[in-house]
Amino acid sequence: MTPQEIHARLTERFGDAIGPWTEPERGDPHIAVAPGSLHAVCAFLRDDPELKFDYLQLISGVDWTDRLSSVYHLMSLSHGHGVVLRVDLERGNPRVASVADLWPTADWHEREAWDLLGIVYEGHPGLRRILLPEDWEGHPLRKDYAAPAAYHGVTNA
Amino acid sequence: MTLLTAPRPDTLRTEELLVNMGPQHPSTHGVLRLVVRTDGEIVREAWPQIGFLHRCFEKVAESVTYAQVTPYCDRMDYLASMNNGLAWCLAVERLGGIEVPERAAYLRVMMAELNRIASHLLAFGTYALDLGAFTPFLYGFRERELILSIFEKISGGRLLYHYPRLGGVARDLTPELAGEIRAFIAQMRRAWPEYNELLSENQIFIKRTANVGVIPAAMAVAYGLTGPCLRGSGVKFDLRRAKPYSLYERFDFDIPVGEGIKGEVGDCWDRYWVRMREIIESLRIIEQALDGLPEGEIQTKVSRTLKLPAGEVYVPCENPRGESGYYLISDGKTSPLRVKARGPSFNNLSITHALVRDVLIADVVAIVGSIDIVLGEVDR
Repeated sequence: MTPQEIHARLTERFGDAIGPWTEPERGDPHIAVAPGSLHAVCAFLRDDPELKFDYLQLISGVDWTDRLSSVYHLMSLSHGHGVVLRVDLERGNPRVASVADLWPTADWHEREAWDLLGIVYEGHPGLRRILLPEDWEGHPLRKDYAAPAAYHGVTNA
Repeated sequence: MTLLTAPRPDTLRTEELLVNMGPQHPSTHGVLRLVVRTDGEIVREAWPQIGFLHRCFEKVAESVTYAQVTPYCDRMDYLASMNNGLAWCLAVERLGGIEVPERAAYLRVMMAELNRIASHLLAFGTYALDLGAFTPFLYGFRERELILSIFEKISGGRLLYHYPRLGGVARDLTPELAGEIRAFIAQMRRAWPEYNELLSENQIFIKRTANVGVIPAAMAVAYGLTGPCLRGSGVKFDLRRAKPYSLYERFDFDIPVGEGIKGEVGDCWDRYWVRMREIIESLRIIEQALDGLPEGEIQTKVSRTLKLPAGEVYVPCENPRGESGYYLISDGKTSPLRVKARGPSFNNLSITHALVRDVLIADVVAIVGSIDIVLGEVDR
């Protein structure tokens, strides 16, 4: 199935929770999903026999300065098709359901997006930092992040 | 009289211990720390702790030009530098609509496959080393040296090459170097049976790896495993075939998968054997690339301060360790708005906690070694 056909399937099933289809001039298209429906949409994509998205390639957090996004690249090994989902989140309170129960690989990807961008994945089995030390302050991939002057006596000069 | 040293049943007790393997343990391949909960010789649980090699690649990429990101990518999986550079260039080229000359695409394929062999030879050597056999390492390095010498002549580097460039490649292939690559192919084909005699068919090696660390196919897919780790579990998925890039659709090659020859499908031996067979398949691809190498340019003109149109792109590539790709978002400026690197080792390693349960300490080494991780792309 093409991403556009997948978008039509999702709209038919989830209505307003799915954003309108836009074909980009260059690059990959994506499907916008309302944060509240993300988990249900993902479960449908994984379990529907015609869609069967069994493989989550990656989850990326993005800071657009006015909002944050959590982006999901999905692929179906049995059907060979792929799709990109994007959830826009409030910058002040970025919360979205974890999909680690659907694809265990999401565990580490969500921890990374929490660590580097501060996105909270609700229902995650253990949302803690993964690349940075536990006592690190702030989320470095935020556009307004200021590096600390020192860390445990090691100066940043 | 009772001996002081004799165990007294009323005071005898056992205790579980939390032990650190790494970050400086010789079997953890770089700075990986495994926290293991042990009960005598049995490991009940293992938690990988990563991040020791975090170099803020994604943050740095947001403040440099597209061309300047390329050499950083070499340092992701530093044992597959050619493949990483290729994945980045393909992402930029697709979003920018930059055409790559056919000759450059062929050269990229040739170098990517040579790098795959070099990487698998290192995996062969270090895996044997992990399990206590020293000699195979020397064999692996003997043939790997020939590849490094070829890389040095075409790029100037022996570990990090910066060979694929936006819109092409850095240098052309000379007839002398083409001859050297052909000589390498012949030498590698001669040496391959030796490798198998030495290690693949070695009874001790088989006992250490067959039926150890079995990953069922469904589990491999659920944890996002790719490359030999996924194919070792019998899943025939290779991005060079599933989503061809850089003209891979023109090349004829087989996709080896785990068949459970020595034990169960998806065990450590199967993952090892997939890598060994991929060496032969890569040789076939290199030979076809040499035979069919088109004449012409090797570089399209690309501005130093390239501006990409607003949009996003993700081009997955089949690295020696699995799916590697860069999710690139542009807002029309000379630097990316966001670059997210997807390295196969990060995902392949994430299965460790689920896989290492109630196994011998020695098997932890066999299992983690069979996943063949490079911490450079785990920590980024």
